[in-house]
Amino acid sequence: MKRHLISAADLSRDDALLILDTADELAKISERSIKKLPTLRGRTVVNLFFEDSTRTRISFEAAAKRLSADVINFSAKGSSVSKGESLKDTALTLEAMGADAVVIRHGASGAPHRLANWVRGSVVNAGDGTHEHPTQALLDAFTMRRRLGSLDGRKVTIVGDVLHSRVARSNVLLLATLGAEVTLVAPPTLLPVSVGSWPCEVSYDLDAVLPKSDVVMMLRVQRERMNAAFFPTEREYSRRYGLDRERVARLHDEAVVMHPGPMNRGMEIAAEVADSPRSTIVEQVTNGVTTRMAVLYLLLGGADLGGEIQ
Amino acid sequence: MKTIVIKGARILGGEPADILIRDGVFAEIGQDLSGDETVDATGLIALPGLVDLHTHLREPGREDAETVESGTRAAALGGYTAVHAMANTDPVADTAGVVEQVWRLGQEAGHCDVRPVGAVTVGLDGERLAELGAMADSAARVRVFSDDGRCVSDAVLMRRALEYVKAFDGVVAQHAQEPRLTKDAQMNEGAVSGRLGLTGWPAVAEEAIIARDCLLAAHVGSRLHVCHLSTAGSVEIVRWAKSKGWDVTAEVTPHHLLLTDDLVEDSPVGSYNPIYKVNPPLRTRADVEALRAGLADGTIDCVATDHAPHPVEDKETEWAAAAMGMIGLETALSVVQEAMVETGLLDWAGVAERMSSAPARIGRVAEHGGPIEVGAPANVTLYDPAARAEVDPAGYASKSRNTPYQGRSLPGRVVATFLRGRPTVLDGKIA
Repeated sequence: MKRHLISAADLSRDDALLILDTADELAKISERSIKKLPTLRGRTVVNLFFEDSTRTRISFEAAAKRLSADVINFSAKGSSVSKGESLKDTALTLEAMGADAVVIRHGASGAPHRLANWVRGSVVNAGDGTHEHPTQALLDAFTMRRRLGSLDGRKVTIVGDVLHSRVARSNVLLLATLGAEVTLVAPPTLLPVSVGSWPCEVSYDLDAVLPKSDVVMMLRVQRERMNAAFFPTEREYSRRYGLDRERVARLHDEAVVMHPGPMNRGMEIAAEVADSPRSTIVEQVTNGVTTRMAVLYLLLGGADLGGEIQ
Repeated sequence: MKTIVIKGARILGGEPADILIRDGVFAEIGQDLSGDETVDATGLIALPGLVDLHTHLREPGREDAETVESGTRAAALGGYTAVHAMANTDPVADTAGVVEQVWRLGQEAGHCDVRPVGAVTVGLDGERLAELGAMADSAARVRVFSDDGRCVSDAVLMRRALEYVKAFDGVVAQHAQEPRLTKDAQMNEGAVSGRLGLTGWPAVAEEAIIARDCLLAAHVGSRLHVCHLSTAGSVEIVRWAKSKGWDVTAEVTPHHLLLTDDLVEDSPVGSYNPIYKVNPPLRTRADVEALRAGLADGTIDCVATDHAPHPVEDKETEWAAAAMGMIGLETALSVVQEAMVETGLLDWAGVAERMSSAPARIGRVAEHGGPIEVGAPANVTLYDPAARAEVDPAGYASKSRNTPYQGRSLPGRVVATFLRGRPTVLDGKIA
């Protein structure tokens, strides 16, 4: 594996399977009453969050702590960053403190790539602008694998604001690596003009795609898109691209419904769909911790896992 | 004044000849000439002193990035004898006072002639015309007007500006960028921007404005100059306008002749490195090929650097926070050699036309732009096309280091520059 995890494209098929298999092993620990491993004792993981994202931050924090790493949470709000400190100076500060890994969430696409130039430790992208969110894709793949077995040839439909979605970008790349067949469904205004060059299919018609889908992943529609003429009204979006009970009825029996959260219930997903047995939304949160443990473990070269789990 | 003889220079790449300079003009061109001082130009090409239509000297206001002194040193070292200083300074060059200040600073520095560009609108705000006539009548004799960096997007205001400058033979140089189509735009909209999750700057935002402006210029019978063409479609539109006989000229930057948007994704200096962030953005290989073809066939009249210095802290950031622009005065001729001469698209006479004569004509810069013949002002650049070196901005005269060519090897070297017979650069150093 590479030293950093910045893009899902950084992962070969073998890398991705190693992370998922490692996460499978680590999941066993999460089922024990004592959930902690000594593997990363003495190592420091910094959570560097320039955007508010409590869900992702606590997921990484839990993952690092279960591996016994020291965790420093650095939130941009109220820190030197809000006083105008540059990303580079923040990076040099973390470097001087001896961070072994920096988990970064940033509003600017590519910020983790820049950070990797300025720190010696591993950089883990926890979401950069409208670019990527590779650990989300890994936890999604992990969740799909648990429900469906191998991803080879599985049909995954991703629905919503692909243009601005880091989740969609990472999922398309990782799922292609793992052999799944992805179809993106969105109004044309919410697809990049170049989406035809991506390793996936594209459709504007959700109803046509649903019957053959093994997985339907709904993306969050950001509030700020609603006022920028990407679609006429919330209701029209919901009618054409929302996952309601009638649409779910078109899915085959084993098909699952996913959402990276946080959801707009009643907008892109109906409440009863989100809470149905098909939904993996809560599992995704659990699996997030496990998958991120695997990523930190592999990037930081923790001690042999086999001995510790037995 | 002492006489200088340049020995064995190949004028526009022709046969070696000696050039005698006396009293600031070419006094004699022939063989076996002698003078008080001798400059050996064996193997060197003599070009008329280069003229840049598009330079950001940053003074007044951002003297940390560049000053008239440092920027014109860079210009001389790049073979330029005249540059047009863009108006987006602080305060904006929208009054006779500011353009005269910039003009005077250029005179004092003495490295090359500085022709200030006047803002089209007050404060570059695109709302009302600046006092264009006052700037034209000032000591700076402004003839080129531009809100560069901002587009005069209001069609009525653009029409009025085009009409108004006819009174003093001025030209409006438009930065063609439809603002609504490029809100928060970060790079060329295409496959790379889609993958990188960066907001796209679509080609249509440039082309739509150019098409509109060509039609406006034709309608009011005025002169239009289009800044830094960057797309294949823009070349087509300008070619069409010229075929109608309309008075439209256009420029292209060296970087748009060589670099493409995939460098944002993958380059020797990493991904998302803002050294490649520029406005208009780097486009695709097909655009580069179309721009080269357009420059070769004369659709694009000239090369202009859009030299845009920025301090390190404005580039050592995440992509979205970084300033747009690249320095280019000290590499322009080398990049043109690589993109146009070594590809067989232009000979040295063609380079002289596009980097000296045409920009001098468009900017109405008297006494620049050649030709190198007896009686003409002795503005001349001696260039060694056989040299080749790795780009190292550490040695640049510009105060800024934001070159996109760092680590790249480029051909050619400016050996000497003469401004009205006075050497401003000798042996590659400020004289």
